[in-house]
This record gives sequence, structure tokens and C-alpha cells, in this order.
Amino acid sequence: MTTATAKATDKPAVDNGVNVEALFGAQAALKQAPQAAQFKWRASVKWVKGTFSRSTIETFYGLGEEQKHKKPYTFEADHPEVFASEDNGATPVEIVLAGLASCLTAGVAAVAQARKVQLRSVSATLEAGMDIRGILGVDEDVRNGFEGIKVTYKIDADASPEDIKAIVAQSQKRSAVYDIITNPTNVTVEVA
Amino acid sequence: MRTTAVVIGAGQAGLAMSWWLTRRGVEHVVLERGEVANTWRRERWDSLTLLTPNWQSRLPGFGYEGDQPEGFRTRDETIAFLDAYAQRVAPPLRRDCEVTSVRARGGGYQVESTAGTWQCCAVVIATGAFNIARVPDLARALPPHVTQVTPTQYRNPAALPQGSVLVVGAAATGAQLADEIQRSGREVTLAVGEHVRAPRTYRGRDIQWWMDATGLNDESFDQVENLTRARNLPSFQLAGYPDRRDIDLNALRGSGVRIVGRVAGVRDGKLQLSGSLRNVCALADLKMNRLLNTFDQWATERGVDNEIGPVHRFAPTQVDAAPPLSIDLAKSDIRTVLWATGFRADYTWLDVPVLDNKGNVVHEGGVVMGAPGLYVLGLPFLRRRKSSLIDGAGDDARDLSGHLVAYIGERRPQSEPVLAER
Repeated sequence: MTTATAKATDKPAVDNGVNVEALFGAQAALKQAPQAAQFKWRASVKWVKGTFSRSTIETFYGLGEEQKHKKPYTFEADHPEVFASEDNGATPVEIVLAGLASCLTAGVAAVAQARKVQLRSVSATLEAGMDIRGILGVDEDVRNGFEGIKVTYKIDADASPEDIKAIVAQSQKRSAVYDIITNPTNVTVEVA
Repeated sequence: MRTTAVVIGAGQAGLAMSWWLTRRGVEHVVLERGEVANTWRRERWDSLTLLTPNWQSRLPGFGYEGDQPEGFRTRDETIAFLDAYAQRVAPPLRRDCEVTSVRARGGGYQVESTAGTWQCCAVVIATGAFNIARVPDLARALPPHVTQVTPTQYRNPAALPQGSVLVVGAAATGAQLADEIQRSGREVTLAVGEHVRAPRTYRGRDIQWWMDATGLNDESFDQVENLTRARNLPSFQLAGYPDRRDIDLNALRGSGVRIVGRVAGVRDGKLQLSGSLRNVCALADLKMNRLLNTFDQWATERGVDNEIGPVHRFAPTQVDAAPPLSIDLAKSDIRTVLWATGFRADYTWLDVPVLDNKGNVVHEGGVVMGAPGLYVLGLPFLRRRKSSLIDGAGDDARDLSGHLVAYIGERRPQSEPVLAER
């Protein structure tokens, strides 16, 4: 058991590229100033043509003031040719999967860092089932959205399989997108 | 009336405090809104048992002397036990004396009650943390044909309206009530959020034997890694039945209870259920196994592996492939919703500004912050993991009565003699 006998000082510092000290600092600061924790996330969209649209993400609000990304990011969404569309971009439901994938994976890195677990590689595949009779209005009993989402992680890290499972479970517990998908949210759509 | 200390509540905590105050020569009075063990008598269900074995009710000057140390007291036996303890302590007790206000006055406190007003130097709040059943806001959105019940109102399955029952919450209370109602022949659905799975018996020993022997129950509030989390943890999913059966989700499922996700909303007469069931079950399994690993490691280090049963693990929590995400209350047969979503303390009578924005008393191991001479006792993880157990009342009362004596000693010069001559 060489690992068990190795001295703590022999171990290189764990670095998953996540500044957990800053996160712990934010935790402490927001306990004192809960109003700074109020964020607003934004996106805007412009219809291009057919089912093709382009969303832009640039500003958000948080820590008591307006904030800005380093640059605007755009997301092009369309539907594939089997939907009689031109396939100019990913399908919006696929972008939802990408959002879940990125949120959970960011969580894995942060939780691993907090638990001093060095990650070597993290990848996941996501698959969501959908009965399109819902969106096509063929059967009112079929929902529009996913029937379920399956996420499968492959993680190479300095930790036991049990500890890796615990990191993935904790990442779900703290994930915004996981919460948005698993729990209902009020949505208000207006025409200005 | 004047006294040195007023103790509010005559449950195990208030009685243990009285025992210590008497021993330390502090003049005091114990005010009880009803009778000794009032919550047990009037605000709990018929089949409730203690979740700790008989041996584990060690109170200062008192303990279990029967021949069933591994058994669990019924509600009536618990009441009798606390009555017997009250006889042993013989506290200066005022029964049927409900405290209506405590406020700071003249460097001490003024305690108003239905049986008069006391001026005192110190107040010990021993009213417990489980006074009022918590009910989430979304309960207001339930259709009127559904009867809503809390664990303080519930008595037995026969007293519920006809039809199926939804139990919300899977800590000890929710799991026990789901088990009991399902066994009475009703159909029960149990909505499960984050919960703490634990086996009644592991390697042939009761879980509380392990918690006690390993020192986990004695872990101090200033040593535990995340005190806020430790104080807010749901109770172990346990019952104290004579057959020592588990009431974890696999067991409940086996007796026919339908397990669904946390109740997340109500819309158009439908309950919306969270899709997070799989993860909360995975978290509970992982945490239980971590606890069992701690036990196993302790047993090996102590060299007692041969004296107890072999190491084993429990089956992972089974979750349906696609648990339902909504329940149509109009179409389903569910006529009763039982909110087993936790309890909170009632401090409506406390007119000293010591509550945080969540309504909890801000304290350091029971010493209330910003209010010298004010103490709380009997809350979860007050000073130790066992603080809210009967078994934890004695050590906490000893520590806090010691603090109280030091406090009144400091202020003695400018006030009346506060230590009774003995």
C-alpha cells in the first residue's frame, strides 16, 4: 500500500482549476449581505427564418450591480432536416441538455476541489427520450418535454469509486440546471 | 415573585436542569404549561415510541433499571419514565403555568405566566425544538376536499378520513406514519426529499449502541465540521418497534408504500413532484455507507471485530424506473395529506431580540448571544450530537448550569443574594 504510506507532503496540491477559496469567501460574504446574492440571468433572441433563431447572452445582474460577460456569446438554434427544417444549429432541447451537462460538470470540478480530489478526466454523455406526438399535438396525453434524461459520467480521479459517486451526487444537489429541470418553475411570457 | 433562575418546560431538559441547579444551590422555579412530559401526553400520535433503546436514557440521578435494556419505551412508558424522573428530581415545579412573555428587565428578566410574574437573573428555555409542525406554503394551494393533517394532530390511522393518504416527508416521523397507515390497510404514497437512511441494527448491535460507543453522540458543537448543517439534519429514518424492523424506503416499498419525489408545487389541482428522487436516494445510501464505514473502522481499531457480527452492507435504495412527476388530486383517491415536514420551536412568547431571520435562537452551545443570563437547552446539536436525546439532557444541563452559576456569581455584588443558603 504505497499510497497509504506516502506522506501528506509528498502529495502535489490538488488543482482542478476551481478557486474554491473564492467560493467559500462568497459563501461567508453573502451570509452577511443576502441582497448581493440576488442575480438576474438574461438572454435575448432574434428570429432569423423558419425555425432558425439566434440568441445572444451578454449582460446579467448580480452583487448589487449590472455585470457583463467578457464578450457577447451567441447560440444558433434550429431543427434537423427530419423536421423539415434547415438544421442551421442545435435543437433547443439539445441546448437544454448541454446546459445540464455543463452545470453538472462544473459542479463535479468544484466539489472535487473542495474535497481535495484531483480530477484527471471527466466526460459525460446525455440522452433524453421524447415522444414527439406531444409537440405535434397528436395526443393530448403525451407531454411536450422529455420523458426522462440519462446522464452517464466517466471520471478518472484520485478517489475511490464510492467517493466519485458522492461527488457526482453532491454536484446534482447543488446544480441550478438540475433543479430547473427536476422542479417546476413559474414562467411568464408576455408580448410587449 | 423573585427567584434566581426560571426554567421553562418540564421535559427531560428542564428536569435535568432543575436537578443540577438544586445540586449547585441555585434557587429556581420550573414553569410547565401543562404537566411533566406534556408534548408526549398531548401532541403526539398513539403508537409513538422512543427511538433510543431503554438503556440510553441516562439522566442525572436516574436511569433505566428494568430487564429490557434493548427495548424501546412506548408513549405511555415514556410519560411514566419522565414522571418517575420528576419524582426523583422533586423540582420546584409550577404545573399548568403557561409562560406568556419573557423580557429583559432591570439587568435580569421578567417572566410573565398564567400563574403570576417572576423577576429573575437567569432564564433557561427548555421548551424543545419540536413545538409546531412545519407546513410548507404550498399547502394553501391544495384543493379543499383534501384533509390536511400534521403529526401533532394525527393520532392513528382509523381517525383519518376514508381513502388513500399522501405522507410528505421521510424522516423518522413520515416514515413511521407511512408504515403504520399502510399496515392499517390504506394505500399510502410517500413523498421523499433529502433524508437520512439508517439501519435499526447493524452487525447485531443497535445503531444507538454504535453512535454511543464510537463517541459520535458526544461529538461537540465546536468540533463538528458544519454546525448549521448538523443542526438542521433530518432525523434518522428509524422506528423503535419491538420487532426492531427497519422503516427505510426499501422496507416501506416492500409493504406497499408508493415512493415518489419531493412535493415541489401545486398547479391546477395537481401536485408536482420533483424528479430528484433518484439522487436523494443515492445521497442517502452514500451517507449511510460512510457512517457504517466509520463504525467498521472504529471496531477494527478497538479490536472488537470478533465480539460483534460480520461487516455487511444493505441493499441500495430501489427507485422505480420512472417515478410519477405529478398526482392529480381530483382524480386520485388521496383524501388526506399528512405533512411530516419537520417541526420548529415556538418562541412567540419570547420578547428578547435573540432570534435570527429564520426564527431560531442565536446561541453558542446553549448560551444565548446578546442576552446574558438567557440559556436554551434540548435543541438539536446544542452542545453535542446527543443534545436533543433524553441521554443528552444531563451533560448539557451540567455544562450550562455551571455557566449560569458563574454568571450570577459575577453579578452578585450589585444584586440581592442569589445563591440559596443550604
